[in-house]
Amino acid sequence: MPPLNGTLTAAAALKGRILDWIFQWRGPERGTIVLVQRRVFILPTRQGLLFAGVILLMLLGSVNYDLSLGFILAFLLGASGIQSMLHTFRNLANLRISAGRVSPVFAGDIAEFQIRIANTARMFRYSVAVTRDRKTADYVDVPADGETVATVLARAVHRGWLRPGRVTLFTFFPIGLFRAWSYADLDMHCLVYPAPANPGLPLPRLQAGDGKGGTQGQGQDEFAGLRPYRPGDSPRHVAWKAVARSDVLMTKQFAGRVAAELWLSWQQLPPEMDAERRLEHLARWVIDADAEGLAYGLRLPGSIIPIDSGAAHRADCLRALALHETTADRT
Amino acid sequence: MRDIHWLSATFLLAAAPHLLRMPLWISALVTVIAAIRVLQVRLRFALPRKWLLALIAVAAAGGILLQYRTLFGRDAGVSLLVIMLALKLLETHSRRDGMLLGFLGCFLLVTNFLHSQTIPTALFMLICAWLLLATLIGMQYTGIWPGWRQQLQRSGVLLVQAVPLMAVLFLLFPRVQGPLWGLPQDAYAGLSGLSDNMSPGSLNNLILSYDVAFRAEFKDGKTPDAKDLYWRGPVLWDYDGRTWTAPRLTQSNEDLPETGDLEYTVTLEPHNKRWLFALEFPGQRPPRAIATRDMQLLSFTPVRSRMRYDMTSAIGVAYGADEDRSVLARSLRLPATSNPRTGNFAAELRSRHREDRDLVTAVLNLFRTENFVYTLTPPLLGEHPVDEFLFETRRGFCEHYASAFTVLMRAAGIPARVVTGYQGGEINPVGGYILVRQADAHAWVEVWLENTGWVRVDPTAAVSPARVERGIASALPRSDPLPMFVRGDFAMLQRMRLTWDSITYSWNQWVLGYNPERQRLFLSQLGFSEASWQTISVVLLVFAGIAVLIGAGLALRDLRGVRADPAKRAYERFCRKLAQRGLPRGAAEGPRVFARRATQQRPDLAAAIEDITALYVGLRYAENSSDAETLRRFKQRIRVFKP
Repeated sequence: MPPLNGTLTAAAALKGRILDWIFQWRGPERGTIVLVQRRVFILPTRQGLLFAGVILLMLLGSVNYDLSLGFILAFLLGASGIQSMLHTFRNLANLRISAGRVSPVFAGDIAEFQIRIANTARMFRYSVAVTRDRKTADYVDVPADGETVATVLARAVHRGWLRPGRVTLFTFFPIGLFRAWSYADLDMHCLVYPAPANPGLPLPRLQAGDGKGGTQGQGQDEFAGLRPYRPGDSPRHVAWKAVARSDVLMTKQFAGRVAAELWLSWQQLPPEMDAERRLEHLARWVIDADAEGLAYGLRLPGSIIPIDSGAAHRADCLRALALHETTADRT
Repeated sequence: MRDIHWLSATFLLAAAPHLLRMPLWISALVTVIAAIRVLQVRLRFALPRKWLLALIAVAAAGGILLQYRTLFGRDAGVSLLVIMLALKLLETHSRRDGMLLGFLGCFLLVTNFLHSQTIPTALFMLICAWLLLATLIGMQYTGIWPGWRQQLQRSGVLLVQAVPLMAVLFLLFPRVQGPLWGLPQDAYAGLSGLSDNMSPGSLNNLILSYDVAFRAEFKDGKTPDAKDLYWRGPVLWDYDGRTWTAPRLTQSNEDLPETGDLEYTVTLEPHNKRWLFALEFPGQRPPRAIATRDMQLLSFTPVRSRMRYDMTSAIGVAYGADEDRSVLARSLRLPATSNPRTGNFAAELRSRHREDRDLVTAVLNLFRTENFVYTLTPPLLGEHPVDEFLFETRRGFCEHYASAFTVLMRAAGIPARVVTGYQGGEINPVGGYILVRQADAHAWVEVWLENTGWVRVDPTAAVSPARVERGIASALPRSDPLPMFVRGDFAMLQRMRLTWDSITYSWNQWVLGYNPERQRLFLSQLGFSEASWQTISVVLLVFAGIAVLIGAGLALRDLRGVRADPAKRAYERFCRKLAQRGLPRGAAEGPRVFARRATQQRPDLAAAIEDITALYVGLRYAENSSDAETLRRFKQRIRVFKP
């Protein structure tokens, strides 16, 4: 029934527009978002309604037994409840929200978005919560004239750019009778690398340089030292004995005997493999090659990253894999 | 854990007045439960399971049923509430549970007012409310806990900021005259006052009570002498040889003579009876009350809350010269067989005095001259109490004298009746009113004389003139028991007591006595007499709005920004100068990191940037941050800094 359907869509669109207008939703905002009074909303919680019920009961009892002091107490507590609404409101108002650090993650992992909450007022803000999904929230305290970082989590499903979307800041402080909340749609992104294939294919055979060293230089033989664990390191290389001693994840590094040219290339993968799988295998190769301390380059259709080594190079390669032919743009 | 301590302590404090009143087993049970909960938090043993709690609850309800014979009376209901709250304490695990318990604690506070609404109770409950609110606040801290001082301060601020709205609601929220539903039978237990009968010894309990009966404020400060202050209450007609009783109260409504130049206002404490007290004889009827033929003022309903009424009286006059024959016949009736010696004595008196007036004087003289003693501790009287009193014991109290005098009069053929009420009262110079206590209860006689009407005769005054002139304390031997302070031995204490009572009087007038009627009065003073409920609602909303705005102003004041440290402000000026040259400081960049980046990009400014940064780091983060000279130099550097 197309007419009904049409009406429904129109109604939904209207509802969306009304919500947009009420809550001032207007898409991602750059820079610092100030939670001005127009952006802070407040409604009683279930506990608040319960409290109102108790106050009503107190008033009824006072009428029935003619208790003047009962009236005074009920009105005093009721008025305190209403005053607490203003206190809840002010606990959120005028906070300044801005994007904080975001570290790249692999698809399938949890992305952590740091959100900076700055407080320019002379009052301490207790128990300010930030949530993305209304299920889990990060509660933080923001000191007077200070700043705190809250974290919201998002599961990274696909490679590319991940946006946290609209986050909700809310607070129940000081009594929990009211919930003040505000929305912040920060223009922030998390780079999501392709999930490294597990198990991956063995690294392609090294192409020997000009006769320097053997062809079997896999670089896995000679233990060269430890470095801090990085996401994506192969569990085989984690120095478990060192973990037992110090509680810090360390990865064993092996020096390749040979400085050889290792090209990780799209073409080296089986032709029947689809694009996403290829990217996952390439990610695995990049990680393994980096873990072994090899110098490597990356060849993708349309882009080439020259041979190099080190953390920055690894990040460049993974980034190229993450953004390979993505349509979703940063902006 | 912290919250459980707060909850337990606040709950025990709020319930404390109840616990002192309740049967011991309930108080003990509640205290033990609260102690268990606190210990459990510390020692981490398992809490009782749900079924066990349910079992305790049922058992406690059974105990209450046995104790009070009901579950729904005032005292039984409060006991049940207190026990259930204690059990809920054992079952409180989450913040939601804790908040619920806190809310119910607020309700518990109100139940304390069922027993007492005095200033100390009010202050105590205010403290409890303050602590309860602090407890609720404590549950909301998720990270840093700023300490109990801050918690209490926050709660206090909330309460203080709520006062304007509370005052508006108290004054303007439409009041309804209760009760809304039937009150339990024990709702007015413990109210003392005169009753509708009198037998030897029945007034004694009242005399020993220090409770306030009523207070009266005379217009223009024209307070009569103490000996003229006879506050009329129940009039007793019928005598069975031992006990005087009031007839079933007649509903006939008499027109009062509208005489009387004495104007005053009575504030009557609740006594759960219908009598309204006035000086003899009343010249007007209070609202919602009737006047009976024998000049009693009766409220339509028993007086169960403090009430206030304006009165006029004419004192020292007689009334009812044209009294009905049947009424006079009734005031001559005596039981045939009781007190035979009194009957003979009356006949003998009659033979000596033809005139009624002379006879009355003769009997008063007899009381005055013979060895009659006024005492609160008379010997017990037997089958013919008046005979024994007049001819044997001769020790008695106002009720003995009034009773004996009336029997003598009736036996001699003079219509007479017993009047009970209060005599005298204490003048409070601080508040300018007269305070009448239960201890001032009195009984006297009215006789009817031909061509004159009903005249008051007080035989007690003949025996002990001090009783009516200076009050009961001066009339009694010092060995007689009297409530503390009534004697007034210490001038300082006396003065303090009078001041305190004057404060209580104002409290009763303006706080406790604020009822629908007073509200109407207040509204008419605001200029809204006979206002419709729509008008009242608008007035309420306007004033409540103003109060909320005041509250908002107070609350949002703290949103103002911090006035930044002068060093920080100067440094920000420095950053702005660099930003104008395309070198903005990153949000997370510390001064040192920023300086390093800036000197890399602008090596020509390296010296100035490093100098300024070093000064700034010294000013902001070093120990001697308040060095005025360094600050001056720092500002100077920034002023001349030209990137």
